[in-house]
Amino acid sequence: MEKIYLIIALSPLVGAVIAGFFGTMLGKTTTHTLTILGLLLSTVLSLYVFNYHVLERGEVFNQNLYTWIQINNLNISVGFLIDNLTAVMLVVVSFISLMVHIYTIGYMYNDVGYTKFFSYISLFTFSMFILIMSNNFMQLFFGWEAVGLVSYLLIGFWHHKERAVQANLKAFLVNRVGDFGFLLGISLVLVFSGSLDYTEVFLSLEKTIDQQLWGLDLITVICLLLFVGAMGKSAQVPLHVWLPGSMEGPTPISALIHAATMVTAGIFMVSRMSPMFELSDIALTVVMVVGAITALFMGLLGIVQNDIKKVVAYSTLSQLGYMTVALGVSAYSVAIFHLMTHAFFKALLFLVAGSVIVAMNHQQDIRKMGGLRKKMPITYWTGLIGTLALIGFPGFSGFYSKDMIIEAVYFSSLSYSSWVYVVVVVGVFVTSFYSLRMFFLVFHGKSRVDVHTAKHLHESVSSIIFPLIVLAIPSLMIGYLTIEFMLFNGWLDNAITVASSHISMAKLKYEFHSAASMIPHAIQTLPFWMMIGGIAIAWLFSIYKVQWANWVQKKYYRTNYVLESLYGFDRFNDLIFVNGVKKLGNFLYKVSDTSLIDKLLVNGSTKVILLVGKILRLIQTGYVYHYAFLMIFSLLIILTWVLFTGENPLFEL
Amino acid sequence: MGISLLSLLIWLPIFSGVLVIFIGNDRANIARWVSLILSILIFVISLSLYTSFDSSTHLMQFVEKSSWISQFNINYHIGVDGISVPLIILTTFSTILVIIAGWEVVTKRCSHYMAAFLMMEGLIIGVFSSLDAILFYVFWEASLIPMLLIIGIWGGVNRVYASIKFFLYTFLGSVFMLLSIIYMYNKGGSFAIIDMHNLKLSFTEQSYIFWAFFMAFAVKVPMFPMHTWLPDAHVQAPTGGSVILAAIMLKMGGYGFFRFSLPIIPDASLEFSEIIIILSLISIVYIGFIALVQRDIKKLIAYSSISHMGFVTLGIFTLFLSYKQDIIEGSLLGLEGAMVQMISHGFISAAMFLVVGVLYDRLHSREISTYGGVINTMPKFTGFVILFAMANVGLPGTSGFVGEFMVILGAIQANIWYGVLSASTLIIGAAYTLWMVKRVFFGVITNPAVSMLKDINVREFSILAVLAIVVLVIGLYPQPVIELMHISIEHLLHQALTSKL
Repeated sequence: MEKIYLIIALSPLVGAVIAGFFGTMLGKTTTHTLTILGLLLSTVLSLYVFNYHVLERGEVFNQNLYTWIQINNLNISVGFLIDNLTAVMLVVVSFISLMVHIYTIGYMYNDVGYTKFFSYISLFTFSMFILIMSNNFMQLFFGWEAVGLVSYLLIGFWHHKERAVQANLKAFLVNRVGDFGFLLGISLVLVFSGSLDYTEVFLSLEKTIDQQLWGLDLITVICLLLFVGAMGKSAQVPLHVWLPGSMEGPTPISALIHAATMVTAGIFMVSRMSPMFELSDIALTVVMVVGAITALFMGLLGIVQNDIKKVVAYSTLSQLGYMTVALGVSAYSVAIFHLMTHAFFKALLFLVAGSVIVAMNHQQDIRKMGGLRKKMPITYWTGLIGTLALIGFPGFSGFYSKDMIIEAVYFSSLSYSSWVYVVVVVGVFVTSFYSLRMFFLVFHGKSRVDVHTAKHLHESVSSIIFPLIVLAIPSLMIGYLTIEFMLFNGWLDNAITVASSHISMAKLKYEFHSAASMIPHAIQTLPFWMMIGGIAIAWLFSIYKVQWANWVQKKYYRTNYVLESLYGFDRFNDLIFVNGVKKLGNFLYKVSDTSLIDKLLVNGSTKVILLVGKILRLIQTGYVYHYAFLMIFSLLIILTWVLFTGENPLFEL
Repeated sequence: MGISLLSLLIWLPIFSGVLVIFIGNDRANIARWVSLILSILIFVISLSLYTSFDSSTHLMQFVEKSSWISQFNINYHIGVDGISVPLIILTTFSTILVIIAGWEVVTKRCSHYMAAFLMMEGLIIGVFSSLDAILFYVFWEASLIPMLLIIGIWGGVNRVYASIKFFLYTFLGSVFMLLSIIYMYNKGGSFAIIDMHNLKLSFTEQSYIFWAFFMAFAVKVPMFPMHTWLPDAHVQAPTGGSVILAAIMLKMGGYGFFRFSLPIIPDASLEFSEIIIILSLISIVYIGFIALVQRDIKKLIAYSSISHMGFVTLGIFTLFLSYKQDIIEGSLLGLEGAMVQMISHGFISAAMFLVVGVLYDRLHSREISTYGGVINTMPKFTGFVILFAMANVGLPGTSGFVGEFMVILGAIQANIWYGVLSASTLIIGAAYTLWMVKRVFFGVITNPAVSMLKDINVREFSILAVLAIVVLVIGLYPQPVIELMHISIEHLLHQALTSKL
């Protein structure tokens, strides 16, 4: 098996290296064929691994490949841990990456950086594999940073766009703030356990009992620090600010990196660390609350956005919030379940958005679209499936995962969980409102497309359409098909630990009968009607009475202002962090470094030496009469001294 | 056994330098080729030092000893252990780079330029292999002279100020070192460094010696607040000078702490370790903020060097606080992390200064505002720059990560706040490096001169490619480097933890 895992991880790397170094030489067709073949291989083998581990219940594979560093008893290695969690992630990542690779052919064909783009997305896939297959914290951090690097490169892919290179710098730095916490968390893990290997760390968790740091339990501090890392990567408030900006990158990577895979790395990581998080209710509560805030408030921002990609981006933020809430209530498998369904339908939605953008000649403003349904039927239908999955329409994949999250919160015994329950239910309304608003504005109603674009408006090419169709299938069905196995039949049991005091999952299992029976049950519950309400309001405002939307905006202009200024996070960061740090840097440079240390101390001391030299030079003139005068003058002083005190100072020397 | 390996490594470069001077500036091309071939030969010889080195013992190897000034018992006494071998290889490697880097660029007194670097190579290898304190001191001071000349002759507009500042600063520091060496000779009757390791010293004596050594080494590293010579020196130095300065000369300071401070005066080192740690943390954080606001690319990288070298001193001096109940991994992480950081910084800073050199050769400007959108005309070059920038930022997979990671892991075992402050470089380092990259390389071209730029040629490509490979290999597989030094470091740790009182 070891060889199979290696091939899964390395074949995209080989593709990336070939595309990167020889891409221009090989030409477009050869490059994309090679990278896609590499990904295809990974995908097929991932399915095989999934079958072996999850379906046939094969043994967990945990082995080091080579020693990275060895210092006495401390061994930090590169190695693989393949259990069911990894297997599920492998399938999701490789499958979506494969689809995005194919999609890229159509989307990027006329771009000068075509082969480079393929190199990057293959490199990304490799990094993501390394992240999810890791069996230790060092390698996790490697993958973590490597996906960040590729994200940085891809957001700034169109490097002539000032906004793009601004956004990629911002993305990297905000992620680094998260990584700062993450690295400290990892370091503290080493402090108490003396190891960075997952298994060894989890086995030595009892050593943390009774240890305190900063007035909290050590384990709480560690979990919170690790979660700061997750907040950066998975864009939780207040470290979410980079994700909307990342939409400056080409759409395929928005689907792959900034919706389906990389941003869920934080969710994956916390699930992986479930044995640790389970020991700290404080950490779990923080996780849950942060997730809830993100879920609701980022969703609200989706309502006022007019850029098609930005709407989907805020929806991603909100959905990541939902996953985080699930982590907080110890429903890790539900979080992974939502991660999976979300990966399919959100990748689909982004690719749909990309299809629309190409057709619209890179116009992204949804106010200038409308009525695209007839011109782009396949994009329309797949987009509808994605949208219904996102809002959790009964039967669609998102329905199962989101309903389970809401239920899990309902059953949670954590403090504040009842508040969070209200938030996630209201979130359903918000999700449904902004999703359908976008959907209606783009595909229904009267066409607001400008005449020139309208003439050429047509369905996208087959390499774009194919991934849409392929992704629509799991968006529709994967929830129905897998919910029972994934949540209640122990697919993820060998990777996830839940303490017996956290009862959400147990209660969910007790209440669950079958996937089919969830649908009639759901219709009698509040979230369903919230969703219907969202659809209705969206229809009202964007199709039936468009002027009402304007009226509401004017009437509640203060609220509207708050939303449109994105709660002021960016302004705050610019003011305090960007300018503050620049000012501090300038102050330190000019005042402390240049004036104080260099001018005063360093050059000052040379000046003092020069001055002393000058004075000394005065008395060494070389004239005999100067010296004679000095001698006589000195003698006079000494004689006076002797006369008046009766002591001879020279004898005492 | 004929002429021994280590002596060959010291004297071959020096005599090569003399030879190259005699070739003369008129026959520049011959001088270039001879220098290159000789420097490669020296590098190959230094590799055989590595292959025949036995990393399972902490004892000095390739030892040679013959009397030099017998009245004072001063000997020509050299030898190496796992701490000096990597630094010697770093030296021979970097010398090849600077000779290639100066190939077409240096037209003024070309043979002298090459000769200066070759001689400096020999002298620095002398520093890293001396086992006699006076011999060490002689090499230490002598290595200043070629650098002084390099900055003073081939430097920028303000070169005289910079070179004198450089010379006085470092010279002042080392005078105190000489005093303490003589003091210890008076007490123990030997200039052998190994004898000094075993010399009994009272705490007061140790304290004085500690600060004397500190003056010498901290200036070299350089540590806050003795760092202000470095940005000036770098800005004025020619590219090759900057490369050697950053890649090797700074390491002499770190090496001094390893070879002298820790084993000779362990109690004082323990006593004052917190002060050094605080200065190191200031170096890391404070200098990071200063780097952020630089407008001159080279100055920015110079400040970044100081910040990165802060990890070296931090790693060294946290050793006293990070071992607990006989668990020494924490201390070893710090010490070995400091060594890895020195080696890695050698490659990365060399690469960064070469990058600036490539730009400077083309537009004769180091101002960030001159550039912008360089990626459009120099895509290959920008690819390398992004890699080295990421290494500078300490991205895992590059050598820059290994040392910082180890030092942070060690530091946090000493005190959580050391970890917090040093880890802040994750953010600050990324900010100043990538903001510079953004302004210089990305965006649209605003300066017409940038649109005329030609991408790197084969010569530049090959230097950067070699460095890129080294940076990646060490990042992905640092264990061989660790293995090479491990036993020596462990022995050193034992010495540092054994009180002399």
